[in-house]
Amino acid sequence: MTDRPLKVLIAKPGLDGHDRGAKVLARGLRDEGFEVVYTGLRQTPEMVATAALQEDVDVVGLSILSGAHMTLVPRICELLRSEGMDDVLVTAGGIIPAEDITALKEAGVAEVFGPGTPIGVVADFMREHARPRD
Amino acid sequence: MTPPAERGTGTRLADDARSGSRRALSRLLTAIESRTPVAEEALRLLYPQAGGAHVVGITGPPGGGKSTLVAALVAEARRGQRAVAVLAIDPSSPVTGGAILGDRIRMQQYAVDDAVFIRSMASRGHLGGLAAATAGSAAVLDACGFDLVFIETVGTGQSEVEVAAIADTTIVVQAPEMGDEVQAMKAGLLEVADLVVVNKADRPGADRAAAQLRSMLSLGEVDDALDAARPRPKRPRVLLASGLDGSGVPELLRALDAHDTARRRDDRPHAARIARARAQIEGILADRTRDALWSARRRSETDALVERVAAHELDPYAAVDLLRLSL
Repeated sequence: MTDRPLKVLIAKPGLDGHDRGAKVLARGLRDEGFEVVYTGLRQTPEMVATAALQEDVDVVGLSILSGAHMTLVPRICELLRSEGMDDVLVTAGGIIPAEDITALKEAGVAEVFGPGTPIGVVADFMREHARPRD
Repeated sequence: MTPPAERGTGTRLADDARSGSRRALSRLLTAIESRTPVAEEALRLLYPQAGGAHVVGITGPPGGGKSTLVAALVAEARRGQRAVAVLAIDPSSPVTGGAILGDRIRMQQYAVDDAVFIRSMASRGHLGGLAAATAGSAAVLDACGFDLVFIETVGTGQSEVEVAAIADTTIVVQAPEMGDEVQAMKAGLLEVADLVVVNKADRPGADRAAAQLRSMLSLGEVDDALDAARPRPKRPRVLLASGLDGSGVPELLRALDAHDTARRRDDRPHAARIARARAQIEGILADRTRDALWSARRRSETDALVERVAAHELDPYAAVDLLRLSL
C-alpha cells in the first residue's frame, strides 16, 4: 500500500535543553498527516540511530541548538549507514551557521532548515525526497 | 496475486528477524502495518512459532502513567536478564491521519540495550485502543524470542477493552483521584483487568483509591461460589506502584509472572487464547472483505452501491446482498 503516512523521527541529540522548536515541528508535521515519533531531549547519537532502526522511519529530523552539530550529525549519519539505514532521509534544523551546511550535506544530511522555515516547506521537502519503500 | 519478485521477501524477513536482525524485524513490522503480501507470507510462517512469550497488555486513561510504568517494568525485567519488547500505540488524527508517537520518551534510556525492542504504532483509525496491526506484530515479537511483550494501548476511556483479547495478561492502570467509588462500579475497562495498578503511589490519595477499588472489585465474590454457571467478572488484585520511583514494580512483575504461570498450568484451552484466535480470524476476514470490496475489479460496482445508499435509493442491507460476497 503506497498511501501509508510518512513516518518521521524528530530527535534532539546533545545537551541543549530547548525543545520548543522540535515540539512545534513535530506538532506541525502531525497536522501534515505524518506519523511523528518524538523522543524528547538529550539523546545520544546511538539512541537516535536505534530509535530510527526500531521505528523503521522514512525521515530523521535532527534539532540542535547547542553548536555541537558538527560532531553529532555526522556521527548519527554514520551510525544509520552502519545499521543499513542508508535509505533514510536525514534533515537538520535549529541554529546551524551557513558555513557548516556544505560539510553537513557531505556527511549525509539532505537539507538544513533554519529558524523561521514554514512547516509546509519542511513537509513538502520530506514528501518529495523520502525514498519510496515497500 | 503475489508478483514473483515479491515471493520470498516475507520468508527472508521472517528468517532474518528470528535470527536476531533488528532491521528485518523492524521492516517486517512496517509490512504488517501496511498489510502487504510480504507481511502475510511472513505471518503464515511466524504465527505457529509464537506462544512462548508472555504478552502483557497495559491500558488505562491518558496521563495515568502507562509509559512510565512500562519503562519501569522493562528495567525490572532486564535486571532478570529477560528480553523485552514494547508495542506502544498512540492515536491517529481522524482529520489528517497524522500522529504524535510520544511513548518512547519515557523508554529511551533502554533503547540501546540489544535485548529491548520498542516500537511505536499509530492507531490509523482503528478503534478499541489498538492498531489493526497490533495482534500480528505481537505474534512476530513473540516468535522472535522476546520473553515479555508489553502492549501499551492508546489512553482509553471506559470501554476500549480490545487489548484483553490479544494479551495473556491485562493490567488496567489507574491513578489516584480519578473518580469515586461509582467509577469503580461501572462496567467496562476494569472488568477485563487481570491486575489493577494504582500508579503514582507516591502521590496523596493512592492508598484510598486502592482501598475503594478493592472493595468494589470484590463485591459479589460470595455469589460466585454459590452459582458456578453464572458469568463471573474477573477478581483482579489491586496493586500500588510508582513508575516514577519504581516502588511496587518488582511486586508487579512478580504478580505478572504468577498470572503467567497459572495460565500455562491450566490445561483447558485458556479463554484469553480462544478470544485471541477468534479476534485474529475475524480481523483477517474483515481485512480481506474490505480488500475485496475495493479491489480494482469490484471498485466501480462498490462505489455505485455506496452512492445509491447515500442517496437513500437503496438500504445498506440490500447493498450488501447485491455485493454477493461469499465466505
